[in-house]
Amino acid sequence: MSIQSARKDLILMVVFIAAVLTMPIWLAPVGASYPDLLQKFAIFGIFAIGFNILFGLTGYLSFGHAAFLGVGSYAAVWSFKLLTMNVIPAIIFGTVLAGIFAVLIGFVSLRRSGIYFSILTLAFAQMSYNMAYSVLTPVTNGETGLQLEQSDPRIFDAAATGSGLPSTELFGMKMSGYPGFYFCAVLLILAFFVSLRIFRSPFGMKLAAIKSNQVRMSYTGFNTRPYLLVAFVISGMYAGLAGSLLAATDPLAGAERMQWTASGEVVLMTILGGLGTLIGPLLGAGLIKYFENIFSAYNEQVLHEIFSFLPQFMENFMVFIVNPFVGEGWHLTLGALFMIIVIFLPGGIMEGFAKIAAWFKKRGNKSDDDDAAAPAKAQTSEG
Amino acid sequence: MSDISRRGVLKAGAIAGAAIATPTIFASQAQAFRNDPGSAKSIKLGFNVPQTGPYSEEGADELRAYKLAVKHINGEGDGGMMNTMKPLSLKGNGILGKKVEYVTGDTQTKSDAARASAKRMIEKDGVLMITGGSSSGVAVAVQGLCQEMGTIFMAGLTHSNDTTGKDKKRYGFRHFFNAYMSGAALAPVLEKEYGKDRRAYHLTADYTWGWTQEESIKNATEALGWQTVNTVRTPLKASDFSSYITPVLNSGADVLILNHYGKNMVDSLTQAVQFGLRDKQVNGKNFEIVVPLFSRLMAQGAGKNIQGILGSTNWNWALQDAGSQAFVKSFGAEYGFPPSMAAHTCYVQTLLYADACERSGGFNPVGVIKALEGHEFDGMGNGKTLYRAEDHQCFKDVLVVRGNDNPTSQFDLLKVVQEVPRAQVEYDPKIFGGELGPYEV
Repeated sequence: MSIQSARKDLILMVVFIAAVLTMPIWLAPVGASYPDLLQKFAIFGIFAIGFNILFGLTGYLSFGHAAFLGVGSYAAVWSFKLLTMNVIPAIIFGTVLAGIFAVLIGFVSLRRSGIYFSILTLAFAQMSYNMAYSVLTPVTNGETGLQLEQSDPRIFDAAATGSGLPSTELFGMKMSGYPGFYFCAVLLILAFFVSLRIFRSPFGMKLAAIKSNQVRMSYTGFNTRPYLLVAFVISGMYAGLAGSLLAATDPLAGAERMQWTASGEVVLMTILGGLGTLIGPLLGAGLIKYFENIFSAYNEQVLHEIFSFLPQFMENFMVFIVNPFVGEGWHLTLGALFMIIVIFLPGGIMEGFAKIAAWFKKRGNKSDDDDAAAPAKAQTSEG
Repeated sequence: MSDISRRGVLKAGAIAGAAIATPTIFASQAQAFRNDPGSAKSIKLGFNVPQTGPYSEEGADELRAYKLAVKHINGEGDGGMMNTMKPLSLKGNGILGKKVEYVTGDTQTKSDAARASAKRMIEKDGVLMITGGSSSGVAVAVQGLCQEMGTIFMAGLTHSNDTTGKDKKRYGFRHFFNAYMSGAALAPVLEKEYGKDRRAYHLTADYTWGWTQEESIKNATEALGWQTVNTVRTPLKASDFSSYITPVLNSGADVLILNHYGKNMVDSLTQAVQFGLRDKQVNGKNFEIVVPLFSRLMAQGAGKNIQGILGSTNWNWALQDAGSQAFVKSFGAEYGFPPSMAAHTCYVQTLLYADACERSGGFNPVGVIKALEGHEFDGMGNGKTLYRAEDHQCFKDVLVVRGNDNPTSQFDLLKVVQEVPRAQVEYDPKIFGGELGPYEV
């Protein structure tokens, strides 16, 4: 690794840390600065970063990652029920169990590649989902979802039995609200750092080589399957971590977290943000969660307020036009946005940023040779 | 590399410190309770209803009722039940002089989504009360959240015994009746119509509501001397019930009890009728279908298939008391059709919350809870009603209804067979266990 790229990584890391920790401030103007949504940004960021290690680096598209998210959640809630309300054992338990699950599913699924791999992972995830709904009801509490109860044993917390349900905590610090967000944010930074190291490591190179040509790779004498399995397990553990954090900030686990739509969501996040880039999946996750929570809450009343500066008939007209795209229609907006991005920016939002940066560079160097912009363009694929 | 990471750590530490210090500015303003409106001119309520999924019909009607209730509380429109409610402290100028505004959210009939939506309302929009929901699973989940957050939850349509039984909460209140009351109200009518010697087969929606309704109906019918042949759980998302209905034909059962609601019930009932169950003779008796929880919206969906089928309901628009008539009149004037029972319970819950705030003289939830506990009121469509302090469940008359054989209009689908008096459906709060929890959170 050259010194220059190490410095670039350091700058990236510092900017990233600053951006994540100041999220409550710079997200305030767009109405996204409240603990629950900030927690979701961080948690789904971890989920998408982990997914990107598999999909972005090796090109193996898993359609079943929600299964690991669900396993992580259930494991964490069980840890709250049986052991203690401290979140540390819960996230360790959740991550490890998701890892074990990933070994089992990965071992079978990775015998095939391409569409067959995707279908196998999808099948496993749907199997887990349906089992959580039916035969595993004693473990998962089915449709109602697994929740804390007054009568849970919590063997390590026996001393502190107050009235009402206990809340999740980190050595006395409550995990709801802003402390919960900062806890998730620190883990997001760690997760991002690990992902950065993987991208820059020889191991990451091998994964990228698998993506570019797996056959050639095996002709050179590499057995690719162990590398793939490790990548799969790492990304499964990221999902498990995200799932257990979901439970840590809100101690409840439902089977719908394992549904195929949840698996599809993380694929959307990754592609929307920029496949194979470091930051991209995080942006995608943030954008989708923002749409889901903010756009879906707009109703006619809010729209009338927004357009109240217009004359009456214009106001009604604008509300009439915009209304189908907000509220319950937020999926429509997201779908349209996704199409636009995939058609015009196949590299996702990150490609958009790179294009804007290149355009600015070009404008700055207008007096110079036109070719000056070319090297800048060549670097676009990096995050 | 080691040099670089040390500097990185220092820089990151400084930034992290600065950032963590920021939100404490907000935290230092000690609040007596969450989202205290203080001297603001308006307050916000959160309407969290299913806008998508199997219960979206009910959700849409609930939202209509909420909007109407807000209008009436703010002194617009004809006032609806504000003219008949007794006792009444509201003055038609909002709550305690503050105008009522609202925010809406979609529960998607999923616990996760409902809690996320409720959290947004509490943390971002600053609502004082959350209400709504058309599923007991969601109600229980949101109620738990509201207890943690210290925000009052006025449950919408939720019929499971657990909501005010095993999972009852200090901050949660339910006006709607429950499965136990359905069983207690239905049993005598079932005995009269179908006799003491029947064999029942249950199809049950597989979540908290279905489980408790199955249990309550089973207990009530077995007390009559009925036998229960089998109980089968069906997934909430199912729309094809043929594989569940076929075994009923050969089971020797002569009554099918559908513990389904919303679109589930419309589908399962329609398919059961298509399979010819109602034309059959088993054990020398006519085969019968019973739908313990009935609503007009479902009856509309099931069309002709509901004719002659017995069930229970919380309220029906055809009731003749002054409260019901005032509500039906103003709802009809606003939207052009009569309200469903989901709309009724949501409308009443909103007025009850507003009235309790007015009576307690403030928005502090502890005061509001105390004003609601043990409160007795009248003129809201179900006769004299009590909010029982022990479990926050309302006790009132329950309706046993039958699908109308020859409806006079597209809304005249249910005929009231009997208004079962409150005394017959009352029970000891201890039988379901659970604990309300503390006032202060």
